[in-house]
Parts: sequence; C-alpha cells; structure tokens
Amino acid sequence: MKSRDFHYERPSSLAGAIQMLAQHGASAQVLAGGQSLVPALNLRLAAPEILVDIQDCAELRGLQDMGSTIRIGALTTHAQIQSSALVAQHIPLLAKAVPYVAHVAIRNRGTIGGSLALADPAAEYPAVALALNATLIVRSQSGERRISAEGFFKGLYSTDLQPGEILVAVEFPKATGADRAGFYELARRRGDYAMVGLAAQAVLSAGKVTSARLAYFAVADRPVLATAAAGRLAGAPVGDASAVAAAVEALAADLDPMPDLQAETQTKAYLAGVVLRRVIQQLGASS
Amino acid sequence: MKPQTVSLRLTVNGDPVEADVSPSMHLVDFLRERLDLTGSHLGCEHGVCGACSVMVDNTLVRGCLMLACQAEGKEVRTIEGISDSGDLQELQQAFLQHNALQCGFCTPGMLLTALDLVRHHPDASREEIRDYISGNYCRCTGYQAIVNAVESVLTARKKPAAGGAASAVSAMS
Repeated sequence: MKSRDFHYERPSSLAGAIQMLAQHGASAQVLAGGQSLVPALNLRLAAPEILVDIQDCAELRGLQDMGSTIRIGALTTHAQIQSSALVAQHIPLLAKAVPYVAHVAIRNRGTIGGSLALADPAAEYPAVALALNATLIVRSQSGERRISAEGFFKGLYSTDLQPGEILVAVEFPKATGADRAGFYELARRRGDYAMVGLAAQAVLSAGKVTSARLAYFAVADRPVLATAAAGRLAGAPVGDASAVAAAVEALAADLDPMPDLQAETQTKAYLAGVVLRRVIQQLGASS
Repeated sequence: MKPQTVSLRLTVNGDPVEADVSPSMHLVDFLRERLDLTGSHLGCEHGVCGACSVMVDNTLVRGCLMLACQAEGKEVRTIEGISDSGDLQELQQAFLQHNALQCGFCTPGMLLTALDLVRHHPDASREEIRDYISGNYCRCTGYQAIVNAVESVLTARKKPAAGGAASAVSAMS
C-alpha cells in the first residue's frame, strides 16, 4: 500500500526541530531512520499530518564517553552501535542485543532513538534499557528532562514522551568487572520480531549471583522485569541447577504473556523459561 | 492542506537527477516510476522481503523504507548501475552456475545484499552468509543454492591470484 499524503519538514538543527514540534503539537511526528515509521505509513497504520525529518540535526549523532556512562545520540544507527568499540567495551548487553535487531539493510538506517521512542513491545532496545536502567534524555522548548527507563515505557507503543518533546540521547551506565550480560530471543526468522526475548544483567561475586535484572520483551505491552525469577538466582552460584529451576518456576509469578500473531500465552510462558536457561548459560560463560 | 511537492536533487547511478516529488513517495517508487529503473522490485512494501534493496551512499538500504525526499543530496546506486559497472560480474556468474535463482524476483536485492557481504565480510562462514541474507526472501530456491553461490565467490577470492577470477576480484575491491 501507499502512504497517505503528509507535509514534510526537514529542520537543519535540533532547535529548529523542537520549534516545529512545539508549533504543530500532536499533528507532527518525528521521522528518524524511518524503519518502523515508514512501514507504518505504507500500511496506513500511521497517518501524521506533518513529518519532521531530523536527519540533519547533527547534535543527535554520535557516541560519547561521559565517565561513568556512555551517551548515545538518538540518531545513532544500529550499524554504528554494532561497530562501536565504546559499546563493545562498556555496554556488553547492548553489543549482544544489536545483532538481533532486524536485518543488515534495516540496521544501516534504523536508530536507537527511534526504537526507544516507538516502544514496540517486541523490540530489543527497550528491554536492554530497562535491564541496565538507562537514562533517556528528552528535550522540548521548556528544557530538558532525564527519565529512567523504568519510568519511560508506559504501554503499547506508549512512552513518557509528551507532545513537543524529542528524545535526544540515552545514557547507559558502564558495566563494571562484576557485571555479566546475557541476551537471547526466539524468532521464527533471524532478525524478525521476537516471540519471546530476554535482556539480562547480573552482578557476580566469587562466582555467585549478587543481583540480577531480567528484562523480558514480547511478552507484555512493554518490557517487563522478572523480579521473582531474579530473586531466585540471587545468592546461588551462577548456573546452579536448583536456582535455575526455581527461577524458571518463578516466571509464572512475573509474566502473564499477551498472546500475539506469533504465539499463544502458554507457548510464550514456556519459551520464557527456555530463554532464561539459555541466558543464564551466557551469564556463566562470559568472563 | 494543499498537497506538497518537494524539490529533490540527488545522484542516481552516477548521474545527477532533479525532480519534484510528493513527500509520501518512497525511493523505490521514485526510481521505478520516475526514472524507469525497474530493477529494484517492490514486494512487501513494509521492509520484510528485501526485493527493493538499493545502495545509498554505499550502504545497503530498503528502498521502500526510505522516502524519496530523504535521499536529497545522496548518492543512490541501483542494480542497473552496479551491474553495468561490472562490480557484480562474479556474483552474477556464481548465481547462474549454482542455479541460485528461479523466478528472479528476489535476485536484484539478493545480489546487492551478497555484494555488500562480499565487500565487508570476506571471511564470512556459511552461517554468517545465511544471517546476512536473512532479510531477503526467496520463495523459489530454498536458499541453499544462493548460499552456495555466495560462498563460492568468497572462496574464489581467497585463492591467490590465478586465472580469470583474479581480474574480477581486483575490479570489485
């Protein structure tokens, strides 16, 4: 299908983009890489009156070492994240997740800001941001807000972004020597949306799990922390069979998977356990 | 609101192009309908099938997921431009030899994706080839022959310069 007609604006700076968003309010939509928005336009699932193409907003590009965090500009593409030495060294969970994001041609244009702002429940980055409790930085004419990932994702394609606000960057805390990352998802075709996925970060001490954050995606209207399962892992050696079994069992308290076109509730609940076992293996294996 | 047109200037297969387009026209419609470059195929039109793959500023992209007006100032290369320049010769030959196409609808996109792989990942394993082309649907071959064809090109390129393959290698790099 073809998109409806819309009005196209291409501001040359972030200030210009923010001004346009303030002027047009809810009738304007931001166009970043377009890898989710353009299909939505083509399928007529989205029909904004005005598209504000932010590709010339240089302020939104690039990765920066901020000391204890890495700041990633909203327009940074998946391909740039995949090839970033900063990400590989300091955000291993993100580095593990990015190969699962769509396919090579889409990774060349899709952006981290676009993915986080869209908040697709089956997307990888929102879960990674939640697992690491990243900070999302948004800006509008009334200034800048910093929002923790725990407070940012509000529901199906719904975030704390207000009309007139634009996501400018995301800051991930750097992993320490005690942190271990694990990421896995099940999809019918590599690169397609997950049936069930898990982004996990655990803190280890002398081979034992001190704490873990297990962020599931494609099971609810937003990424979900499996706190009961994470509690079963804490205190036990990483990969300990009885702790793993207890954690898989505890998922029943954490998750009530929404059925979708790919799988029913029971299937997803079962696969959540499969994914957890595979991710725990990674936590134990990574040094 | 009155329908808007956007003035567009870009390079397509080395030639400068100027046109006025509707903002809602995506790049592949522009290439096919306005420039008659029908080698880029339109399959699913929502980024799933990969038949519309083109190169923009030397990176592989989905032509249906980019608006024509987003290509302002960019350098677009389609299957026509890339096969004319001879860069694809090796892969085209390999696809023929391995019977890596039947109906041919996916082939332009598949060849461009394969070319991108050959350029950037000369040491790709079979599994990595499969991963790389995972964004391109083929409903005829079952992929085995395509993977064989791409693998044969990677293998031929690794051999020390000898015979006809060598000139094709240098032409591509």
